[in-house]
Amino acid sequence: MKRGTEEVVALRHGAGGAAMRRLIQEVLIRDLETLPFEGIGIAAMDDGAALRVGDRWLVLTTDSHVVQPPFFPGGDIGRLAVCGTVNDLAMMGATEVLALTCAVVLEAGFSLADLERIQSSMVEACREAVAPIVTGDTKVMGSGELDGIILNTTGIGFAHRLILDSGLMPGDRIIVTGNVGEHGLAVMVARHELDFEGELVSDVAPVGGLIHRALVAAEPHERGVTAMKDPTRGGLAGALHEMAAKGKVGVLLEESSIPITPQAAAVGELLGIDPLHVANEGKAVLGVDPAVADKVLAALRDHPLGRKARIIGRSIPEHRGRVILQTGFGRRLLAEPQGELLPRIC
Amino acid sequence: MQEKLEDASRQLKFRSSKTGRDLSAAIGRICREIGRDGITIMHVCGSHEQALAKYGLRSALPPELDLIMGPGCPVCVTDLPEVDEAVALAESGVRIVTYGDMLRVPGSSKSLADARATGAKVDIVYGVHQAVELARKLEEEVVFFATGFETTAVATAAALLGGVPDNFLVLSAHKYVPPAMELVARIPGSRVEGFLAAGHAATITGWGIFADFAAKHGMPVVVAGFEPLDILAGVARLLELVRDRKAVVDNMYPRCVTRDGNQRAQEAMWKVFETMAGRWRGIAEIPDGNLRLREEWSHSDARKRFKIDMTGLWTQAPRARVDRCICGNIMAGLASPRDCELFGHECTPEDPVGACMVSSEGSCRIWHHYGGHPDLSDI
Ligand code: SF4
Repeated sequence: MKRGTEEVVALRHGAGGAAMRRLIQEVLIRDLETLPFEGIGIAAMDDGAALRVGDRWLVLTTDSHVVQPPFFPGGDIGRLAVCGTVNDLAMMGATEVLALTCAVVLEAGFSLADLERIQSSMVEACREAVAPIVTGDTKVMGSGELDGIILNTTGIGFAHRLILDSGLMPGDRIIVTGNVGEHGLAVMVARHELDFEGELVSDVAPVGGLIHRALVAAEPHERGVTAMKDPTRGGLAGALHEMAAKGKVGVLLEESSIPITPQAAAVGELLGIDPLHVANEGKAVLGVDPAVADKVLAALRDHPLGRKARIIGRSIPEHRGRVILQTGFGRRLLAEPQGELLPRIC
Repeated sequence: MQEKLEDASRQLKFRSSKTGRDLSAAIGRICREIGRDGITIMHVCGSHEQALAKYGLRSALPPELDLIMGPGCPVCVTDLPEVDEAVALAESGVRIVTYGDMLRVPGSSKSLADARATGAKVDIVYGVHQAVELARKLEEEVVFFATGFETTAVATAAALLGGVPDNFLVLSAHKYVPPAMELVARIPGSRVEGFLAAGHAATITGWGIFADFAAKHGMPVVVAGFEPLDILAGVARLLELVRDRKAVVDNMYPRCVTRDGNQRAQEAMWKVFETMAGRWRGIAEIPDGNLRLREEWSHSDARKRFKIDMTGLWTQAPRARVDRCICGNIMAGLASPRDCELFGHECTPEDPVGACMVSSEGSCRIWHHYGGHPDLSDI
């Protein structure tokens, strides 16, 4: 984007797609020191970093949260901030959280009652995730200097085996742990104050416990779960593109296998927004060795957060970096979401 | 809203893939019976292109069949001088309201979005009634930049007939599809052997309107709806007619379309509008291709109320990249987005070069949204 001749940051640079990746690679992490130790650093652009500590990995991740509106059906920014970080840890194999930090930036004029609501919802989410917040920071800025509230959380946890988003191998089955599209669509409906009956509710939840079961089920097998990613910004499409590109494989999806509620499908249709492009906050995408795929699926389905888990496709050696959707009528490429998702409102 | 949601759920039921596979097989069989390469049929509707791309339908068609999009995007065919008129009016201080898709369509040197960024009053509406409401609330003149084919022209006409305040004016850039089909059928180099006509426009015009066309050009026309099965069934029927050399019209969308269409809507449209020759961007001058307000509606005609001076826009240099846009050829059925060197690199929905990348009905925009390839045969 240009203002006059000067290049400026645009909203799409934060939307989780190709533009954001370019901004990070070309500006933000350019010339950063490489790791002085063994592990996964910033250049991997994974969900977090991992540092070798003895025979385990210390996984570290951080995330800033802004959401408009801060309260939406199924959750609020507090729950989102806890779950986002806990889930990023889980995606690297650190399903048990050691500790979280929380920094709050507030706009002068923000309702204290709202802040209390957000705080109690953080407490509850921490309880569910078995994750203690151990330190924090607070800033207040002038009215108009930010939009209400920004929450940053950082988390650490241990993993016995690291799982990267680059680990897909041809033949691996792709599993998604439940219905997709609900968080993003629910927030969009709330933001534009659209009035639909039969509410669409955000799926925001900590998935550490769920992922732990999958990992245990896959354990005896040497490859087991090969890759993992949470389909947040950019949705399922964004997560799969990244996994395909980093794993240097193609991904073949069966559209009819992708779990989407009729409600979400209809709202997406109406808004002109693809449910595969919008954020999920309580889901994971797993690449699993075909030998253990059924076992992992069964273990996921045995957990309350994984009842709707499905095998939705597989990775293939051809079409590297691309995601192909079999629609039941034909096939097409699934686009990587590019910028801000703007609903068409009829 | 709730009603629309139920509607959307209902539509989802028209998507049985078993029937889809049967229809694809039938299409393959008919193409083999025709027995040659390069069988070319054209649809003329952005909604058809959307469904084709979304469901990957082209990958289910045999390689000897080419299903191309013609001039089916009303925003895309809105000509430079028409955009310039709206921009010039906006820059002279008049309030312009229009559909969201029009905002970023480039004129000779500027789009309405550019004008708005420098302070012009440009508002987006979802329908003409919203524009009329706005005029009722304001003292100043409100000019509705009216674009679209028959379906939206009928809405504009109905609004005028329903009574509008004095300060509500129409700047018509409405287009009329049947004459464009005539022209495309005759374009030198065109290989089109049959047309798939758009179901929604036909609910108004009726399918009977295509009878003369079919007879005159010796070319079959099939009216089709917009669900994947509607389209496949329409294509299969059209190919049968091509195979049997029957230059007739068939209606494969009988749940919505009748022979005579919606008579009252047609009457309304012709009470307010008359056809005139007009340029369709990048394609050609099309006799009877534009709809202008009739003399009786002069009092609501922005072109009569204002003296629009566009010369200011023409002294500014056009954007360099625009020259390399091949939108026009794409809409005439002579090229596809794949033939454009800017597609997906220099021309994207966020930074569009041509109108086909701006409008949600433009083929470049649609292809880009659904992965960038119409099928997977070439990757
Ligand atoms: S990709 Fe852009 S420049 Fe190329 S034809 Fe389409 S609209 Fe024009």
